[in-house]
Amino acid sequence: MRETVRFLLGDELVEIASCDPTRTVLDWLRLDRRRTGSKEGCAEGDCGACTVVIGRLDGGHLRYEAINACIRFLPTLDGCQLLTVEHLKGADGALHPVQQAMVDCHGSQCGFCTPGIVMSLFALWLNEAAPSVARIEDALAGNLCRCTGYEPIIAAGLRSAAVDRSQDYFAQAQGEVAARLAELRDMQTVAVSDGERRYFAPATTKALAELLAAHPQATLVAGATDVGLWVTKGMRRLDPVIHLGRIEELRAIADEGDQLRFGAMANHIEVRKALARLSPQLDEMMRRFGGEQVRNAGTIGGNIANGSPIGDLPPALIALGATLVLRRGNVRREIPLEGFFLDYRKQDRRVGEFVEAVLVPELPADALFHVSKISKRFDEDISALCGAFFLRRDTDGRIAEARLAFGGMAGIPKRAQAAEAALLGRLWNAEAVAAAKSALAQDFTPLTDMRASAGYRLKVAGNLLTRFLLESHGPTTPIRVAGLLAEAAHG
Amino acid sequence: MADARKRLDIIAESGPVGAALKHDSAAKHVAGEAVYVDDILEPAGTAHACLGLSSIAHGRLLSLDLSAVEAAPGVLAILTAADILGENDISSTHKHDEPVFATEAILHHGQPLFAVIADTREQARQAATLAKAEYEEAAPLLDIAAARAAGGELVTEPLKLERGDVAAALTASPRRLKGAMAIGGQDHFYLESQIALAIPGEDGDMLVHSSTQHPSEVQHMVASVLGIGAHAVTIEVRRMGGGFGGKETQANLFACVAALAARKLKRPVKLRPDRDDDMVITGKRHDFVVDYEIGFDDDGHIYAVDATYAARCGWNADLSGPVTDRALFHMDNCYFYPAVRARSEPLRTHTVSNTAFRGFGGPQGMVGAERFIEEVAYATGLDPLDVRKRNLYGGEGRLTTPYHQQVEDMIAGEVIDELERDCHYRERQQAIRDFNRESPVIKRGIALMPVKFGISFTATWYNQAGALVHVYTDGTVSLNHGGTEMGQGLYQKVAQVVAQAFGIGLDRIRITATTTGKVPNTSATAASSGSDLNGMAALDACETIKQRLVAFAAERWQEAPEAIAFLPGRVRIGAREIAFVELVKAAYMARVQLSATGFYATPKIHWDRKAGRGHPFYYFAYGAAAAEVAIDTLTGEYKVERVDILHDCGNSLNPAIDKGQIEGGFVQGMGWLTAEELVWDEKGRLMTHAPSTYKVPVASDRPRVFNVALLENAPNREHTIHRSKAVGEPPLMLAISVLHALSDAVASVGEHRFCPKLDAPATPERVFDAVERVRVLAAGAEDAS
Repeated sequence: MRETVRFLLGDELVEIASCDPTRTVLDWLRLDRRRTGSKEGCAEGDCGACTVVIGRLDGGHLRYEAINACIRFLPTLDGCQLLTVEHLKGADGALHPVQQAMVDCHGSQCGFCTPGIVMSLFALWLNEAAPSVARIEDALAGNLCRCTGYEPIIAAGLRSAAVDRSQDYFAQAQGEVAARLAELRDMQTVAVSDGERRYFAPATTKALAELLAAHPQATLVAGATDVGLWVTKGMRRLDPVIHLGRIEELRAIADEGDQLRFGAMANHIEVRKALARLSPQLDEMMRRFGGEQVRNAGTIGGNIANGSPIGDLPPALIALGATLVLRRGNVRREIPLEGFFLDYRKQDRRVGEFVEAVLVPELPADALFHVSKISKRFDEDISALCGAFFLRRDTDGRIAEARLAFGGMAGIPKRAQAAEAALLGRLWNAEAVAAAKSALAQDFTPLTDMRASAGYRLKVAGNLLTRFLLESHGPTTPIRVAGLLAEAAHG
Repeated sequence: MADARKRLDIIAESGPVGAALKHDSAAKHVAGEAVYVDDILEPAGTAHACLGLSSIAHGRLLSLDLSAVEAAPGVLAILTAADILGENDISSTHKHDEPVFATEAILHHGQPLFAVIADTREQARQAATLAKAEYEEAAPLLDIAAARAAGGELVTEPLKLERGDVAAALTASPRRLKGAMAIGGQDHFYLESQIALAIPGEDGDMLVHSSTQHPSEVQHMVASVLGIGAHAVTIEVRRMGGGFGGKETQANLFACVAALAARKLKRPVKLRPDRDDDMVITGKRHDFVVDYEIGFDDDGHIYAVDATYAARCGWNADLSGPVTDRALFHMDNCYFYPAVRARSEPLRTHTVSNTAFRGFGGPQGMVGAERFIEEVAYATGLDPLDVRKRNLYGGEGRLTTPYHQQVEDMIAGEVIDELERDCHYRERQQAIRDFNRESPVIKRGIALMPVKFGISFTATWYNQAGALVHVYTDGTVSLNHGGTEMGQGLYQKVAQVVAQAFGIGLDRIRITATTTGKVPNTSATAASSGSDLNGMAALDACETIKQRLVAFAAERWQEAPEAIAFLPGRVRIGAREIAFVELVKAAYMARVQLSATGFYATPKIHWDRKAGRGHPFYYFAYGAAAAEVAIDTLTGEYKVERVDILHDCGNSLNPAIDKGQIEGGFVQGMGWLTAEELVWDEKGRLMTHAPSTYKVPVASDRPRVFNVALLENAPNREHTIHRSKAVGEPPLMLAISVLHALSDAVASVGEHRFCPKLDAPATPERVFDAVERVRVLAAGAEDAS
């Protein structure tokens, strides 16, 4: 056990022995350290005004990620470098190229979102030499600006990208930072508390299994993109907290030939890369997952274990036929993912169990696959509904296997069994779609809420099957508005 | 003041005015060094307040047990209505309908019942959850239909505008139609939520750092709630993290509670609500239902319009009177209605009290006007742009507005023509029609519409401003005025005016925080008027100082006053030129006063509300936008593919800042009309109370191609500051073009024979529903034929 949290704040080594397990990084910065550059706009990871950049070792490689400081718990920074907007100016007081570009392009008006925007652009600048406009938009999807309309901010992203990085302080310091972080890295479990509530961060799955056995009621925290809100909005006082972020083996993604194996802590950025190979639509869906900060922090295991009825990944993974590996102590069990979701916010996770991995079978060459996410706003929005479909046909072209999975249509991510049955044995054509559409009403009685009405959800769920049919037949006219834009952007 | 205007014409055109200079705080913004209220170093002993809110929307508060709140860790004090030393009212229009804390009547979900003050903000928030309130619940009236059904109680006196005999004109019209349109509200979503830090002083003095657009009103409210004179209260605001109208009156509550707590505890108190609380407590843009009847002919000429503008005002009047008035003032947009009647219906509901929001009712009025045009276009089979052009103000007897002001500066026709040509509207419209014929799923649409927005507060007395300018003996200048900075670049623009007046560099001018202690009795920074009013007031102060310097120099160097001129970087005195600082030093030694106040009151305007007649606007700002969109008829999803804007800023004081206002205003307006949807449940609880559920535009929502141009060679014909025009609000309404482009795309599924009647916000669901509706109409027409 190590009873201190250690991380770098810029160059400064910070060691904290007594720590509230759910103290947010933002409150620590603003209140404890009086670094008020990072702002609180929403305290739920949706506006990005609090964006900071985390440097962490990924294997031996130093990796920089923008994250939301407002829902990140301070002790989870252990072993990382934290960079805030105050770090960016040079020793001579000169603005960093990203900052200078924002000034030159008139990228700020009220200025309140600006530190967060600067940090998102800074993370992009560190990681990518020549981002496209679309890529800059993705990197800023988690940053709301209410003043500028974003045009000058995108211009600033393009302008700063053109600046030579070789002389940049942060580019030059990476070797040294990596070495210092390597020194901080150990395999001990971190255990701190504020004298009342406890926090553990094991470094191995073995240690995790033991901790969970000892504290079966502990709250498991992965990216904290949802648990963070339990604290900032629900004002819950969690105890104990077990953080999974130090367990390297849980982050691994392995291509095992016939299947992809995702460690539960693989973040959405990495998951996207792996899934993109299966289908460009999966790639697009994962591009639209949260904002960049949430994609950096959030994990595949967290997205599943959280059990949200509107999580984007579960329908897609169910349609792909994914299975879940659950572990307690040294006992593992594998269940089909769809079986994990029992009822609204109720999952088949037994006391002391944790999600260890997700197994996603390779998409057969003859399979048809489709994913659609429907939301009020294209980027950084929660689905009104999400549909993911998998079909295989026999040699006569008749549908032999069908998995139609939906999110937002019920209290859990769920397959449309009646619609699937209606498809079986049919040729994949308009009649089949019509049959499946009318069966959907037996499968679902969706809710009306602030995202969409029940009627819209049901009709569009059916229309997604039409879209699937049109797309699988190689359309000659555009089928999605997002695709149109991609053409325009490339053209 | 009058002199200041006259002198405008002789000011040299070189210098900082008109230059695309950066926002004065840009370098601080990007470095995290710009200080907002929550960033101010807290004085020792600062405590933190949290508001306790009602959990029902309508009823009576039977009891409020705060014992557990009081016993919670860190709690220092509790405030309820009983602790208010002065008036328990912060009604900005003095209707005594807005208590700080509820006493008995509960009028909306989220109404403040009490405040708890603790050592830390977290402790105060935790403690607030422990209150136990008992209510007698009553059925809430949540929307316009419910309020009307219950008898239609109004929060304030309605307005009627009338010109001509509408009934007769409708009867005489070759064709008539009736319709209704629903227009949604909008949350401001300023990135910095409401906040106040109150610091008590001696003799009952109170200094409040408030994020407000209206420091003088906050001052009066704090004084009234504390039961002290305004002279004991100072309100200071260096900058806001966004306002958009949401901090015109809505900052009052937070400042008053913080001040009350600071007074009680004799220590500084900060009140910063969580984002969710901010959204649940504060008012938003009014949603409207417009019921209309239009008389017209087969050529698309409008003969008469009779319309009612019902607004969901919420639980108190707030600014709903002037907001609904301004909706009526813009029910014409750029169009002449030969006979017209417009009535407002400001309805009381048990929801947040809706308030100012960029455009202040004008956008809703204008959305209605564009619906009228669209209705006539579909009824006649004409292109909507042609109908727009045929009904523009202009020509003999066609310049009188529904409020009997003459439109003297009408340029919308020229703006439309220039934009139509430059953006290739007709060619693109044809290409879109061709595309749509071949594309069964994705449909494109295009729309081009103009904007005319009246500039001046309709509360005529608000059209005044003060400034305070000090010149120090080292030649540096301290600038203060009554306008507030919320990102719109007002401080920068006024500094440019002052730099030009003295012929000095901007680095010699220090822009100082707005404070009621320096410039008193200020108006809200609102109605797009900030630079018009404060720029003139600051110039007036500069001119006063310059007059003294000229008189001094004329005497000292024995030159005629006409021989003295302030040039860039120097002052010419006859044949000699000296540095500004040399003149200032010499003047000081000769005991010349180097500090002056300035004042400005907008000329020409008057308004008789009872009669519905007058000249409420000094001038109009114009613009036009063309939007092109693509919709998915299977899902209702859409994207804005291209927008072209031509906007009238007069002679822009700063084209970079003005362009920022145009782009930002447009995208904000687009959000209002598309994805920003406010949803209350049947209990009156706001379901869209955070950015996770309330969706303002993100970077990828902005138009893929976004061409913005400022109208050139178009000085304001009125003597505004350097002949510029106000720009804060007008561009927001250019986004109505997006609604109509969506509508055009929807109409394509019915061969443009049926008006889609797309209500706002046009969420994907509403677009989808409109597609389905038009398809049904088209199928019905086919069956009939």
